Amino acid sequence: MEVNEVFDKVKNLFVDELGIEAEKVTMEAKLEEDLDIDSLGIVEVVMAFEDEFEIEIDDEELTDVGTVGQAVNLLHSKL
Amino acid sequence: MKTVLVTGGSRGIGKAIAKNLGLTCNVAVGYSHSKEQADEVVDEIKTAGGNAIAVSIDVTDQNSVDECFETVEDVYSSVDILINNAGITKDNIFPRLKQEDWDSVIDTNLTGSFRASQRAIKGMMKNKWGRIIFISSVAGISGNTGQSNYAASKAGLIGLAKTISKELGSRNITSNVIAPGYIETDMTSFLNDEQKEDIIEQLSIKRVGKPEDIANMVSFLCSDESEYITGQVFPVDGGLTT
Repeated sequence: MEVNEVFDKVKNLFVDELGIEAEKVTMEAKLEEDLDIDSLGIVEVVMAFEDEFEIEIDDEELTDVGTVGQAVNLLHSKL
Repeated sequence: MKTVLVTGGSRGIGKAIAKNLGLTCNVAVGYSHSKEQADEVVDEIKTAGGNAIAVSIDVTDQNSVDECFETVEDVYSSVDILINNAGITKDNIFPRLKQEDWDSVIDTNLTGSFRASQRAIKGMMKNKWGRIIFISSVAGISGNTGQSNYAASKAGLIGLAKTISKELGSRNITSNVIAPGYIETDMTSFLNDEQKEDIIEQLSIKRVGKPEDIANMVSFLCSDESEYITGQVFPVDGGLTT
């Protein structure tokens, strides 16, 4: 899967699962500051990623994920 | 219509809970060994006009827990309410308590509730609605001679329930504990008449509890009327812990 395809899927999850406005979801957007996702929201996103992409994400892998782009790159590297 | 899974739903308090909730919810009657008794509970709920299925669940086995939830989700689409009721006792005075009896009671009563609750919360977070009820015991609040393992497991449920309530309240998921006192079930059937009299003497309401006394409280805590109540422990014990 190409990076832009992963981004599209990620964007859909943010919009559908968390009700975030689509135009706010950019590669540069910061999860907590720009998208206003709290710590439980991050968990919801991760669980949605795991279901959508049929992968498992360790908590350690998330420590460096602060933006949508970083999440997309992590997912892309695991597919 | 909401769907409830009652672990240990084929007997005792769990059976009364399942039957009572059958008036308002789809019910999955969870059983570990007593399939025939679970089927009877299902029949009784259906006879009263409700919807129910019997489903196998061994709370000491994560695969069994996952399979149980998948079965219920296939039939009713979601598990909206979880009643963590499955529990065992392996009593012995503390100096003589074997570690294997400690381990098995903790694994079933406490870790079993962890397994089922964590699985249930996946769907509840998606639906942004959920109710989790833990059936603890007054032994978890006051301790009880010969039941250090059981009391510890039941006290552990209180910390678990309170933490879940704090983490997930923002998603309309409530988590509460009911602490039954002496309730007439198989688990207390070993008491002789004299012991029962001694117990009743300690109570404000002069009778041993019935499973229905617990079921009524469960039904309230599962209802929309209780949406502002979370992280709490409710003794239903005839005044034993007053």
